[in-house]
Amino acid sequence: MAEGQPIDQQVYDDLIARGKSERVALAKARAAAVRKQRQAEPDETTTSTTERAQGGVPAASEPAGGRDPEGAGQPARGALTAEQRRERVQQALAGGGQDGNGNGHGGPGGPRRQMPLAPPSGVQQIKGKQEDKVYTWPHLIASEFVALLTILAFLVVFSSLVDAPLQELANPTESPNPAKAPWYFLGLQELLLYFHPMVAGVTLPGVMAAGLIALPYLDRNPSQRPENRKTAVTIYTLFMVFWGTLTITGSFFRGPGLNWVWPWVDGIWFNL
Amino acid sequence: MSRIPSAEDVKRGVQDSVVWRSIFRPGSIYRSGYRDTSRDRALAAMNNVLYHLHPVKVKRHGLKLSYTYCLGGSSFFLFIVLTVTGIFLMFFYTPAAGTGTELAYADMQQLTTSVPFGELVRNMHRWSAHLMVLTTFLHMARVFYHGAYKPPREFNWVVGVILLLLTLLLAFTGYLLPWDQLALWAIVVGADIAGFTPVFGEEVRFLLLGGAEVGPDTLLRWYVLHVLALPFVLTIFLAVHFWRIRKDGGISGPL
Ligand code: HEM
Repeated sequence: MAEGQPIDQQVYDDLIARGKSERVALAKARAAAVRKQRQAEPDETTTSTTERAQGGVPAASEPAGGRDPEGAGQPARGALTAEQRRERVQQALAGGGQDGNGNGHGGPGGPRRQMPLAPPSGVQQIKGKQEDKVYTWPHLIASEFVALLTILAFLVVFSSLVDAPLQELANPTESPNPAKAPWYFLGLQELLLYFHPMVAGVTLPGVMAAGLIALPYLDRNPSQRPENRKTAVTIYTLFMVFWGTLTITGSFFRGPGLNWVWPWVDGIWFNL
Repeated sequence: MSRIPSAEDVKRGVQDSVVWRSIFRPGSIYRSGYRDTSRDRALAAMNNVLYHLHPVKVKRHGLKLSYTYCLGGSSFFLFIVLTVTGIFLMFFYTPAAGTGTELAYADMQQLTTSVPFGELVRNMHRWSAHLMVLTTFLHMARVFYHGAYKPPREFNWVVGVILLLLTLLLAFTGYLLPWDQLALWAIVVGADIAGFTPVFGEEVRFLLLGGAEVGPDTLLRWYVLHVLALPFVLTIFLAVHFWRIRKDGGISGPL
């Protein structure tokens, strides 16, 4: 047991006097001693090496580093401007972070083995890459919250102003003219006007779904940069324009009998 | 003489109570002693239920609106809005459409006229549904243009395509439920398209409609799909989708 650990005698006596058990009193007294020690040498454990190099952690109540847009309320960072910090990250990234040896665990001869007896292939090699990251709380959570409120506000306002349609009771014997599918299928319905239904209604959508699923396995170009993937970008853009055009045509340019209409002349046959 | 406790005392008392401390884990911003330090920021993420979704740190470029346009997140939030408003609607809706007893339609009318906030909630449900189809589609486009489906994210793209199909099915099954002319005929058109499936066309159509024509059985079938089966399946795929985002190393990029 951790017999040798220092305890705060005063706390211990106090707790015993209040009738606490020996075990509880001992634990609390130990914790108190640790706390006291921490207070004497503030936050050694929680301060990263780099931050300590910047002069330790000032009191939490110190005003946020004014020049630092991200680090509001994060005093230790106040010593660096955003530019300086970015530069530091750039340097770290350039400094061999890619090969996995730049993270301090390995020498020039490769990553240090934790278990000398295990074959290298038997050890999971974790290659940490230093990246430019920020804390999820508060940065990401805050922006997510703003997005959430924006959408919600938009929905409430829009729903107060525009009512969802409710037409007459369904009547299977009385077909409206035109009878249209929901908007996301109007591209398909439009296609049906040009091709045999087996092609437009089933084969084409089937091929499209299969194509989308297979896409990552077909496109073997490893680059993510737009300038390196002109073909892929072109094909996908054409695909989007194709469907966009069909959907808009089916939505606004088709009237009774699914005949062509000009929406600004004849009116619009479109429901959401 | 006892003095009146100040607001600060009360706050302390509550925050130090056994119950409070049992709910909010160390590092929670609601717990006393939260300080804006790296350590507490990390703990706040780690000791929160949101740790299921988010890692402690995220890439800085992913925070820019112009990277994700928040489209995946918006799709997810719209799905939550749809679930909440949908549960509300279920309290006032009966999926019955037999001749002369078209409760589905009557309930929709009731909802808009005599249920408090009924019309508003119905509107929200409907507009969110349309919006979710749109945001999901745009999300797919943004993922494509970032090449974010490339290794190791191939499979998450596949999961995404399934999510898109499920979203379309959810929207389409919901479209029938008001049982008005708009709903009925949109579904007739859609089912006719499905009927063109090679070889099994008739069977597919019959299975979808629960009969030869759109009728009360179709409504019941689509109702169950819409309120239970499809959301259940979608939730499972969402869980996989979010889990894979983290396992694949977080958001892709920077470009
Ligand atoms: C119900 C529909 C969907 C929801 C709720 C959803 C949600 C999300 C969220 C929240 C993210 C995080 C990044 C971001 O917001 O962009 C994401 C990323 C991703 N999604 Fe989706 N998604 C859906 C549908 C799709 C679809 C249709 C696809 C593609 C076919 C897709 C493929 C991906 C991929 C590959 C990523 C990783 C992107 C990256 O690392 O940059 N998802 N999704």
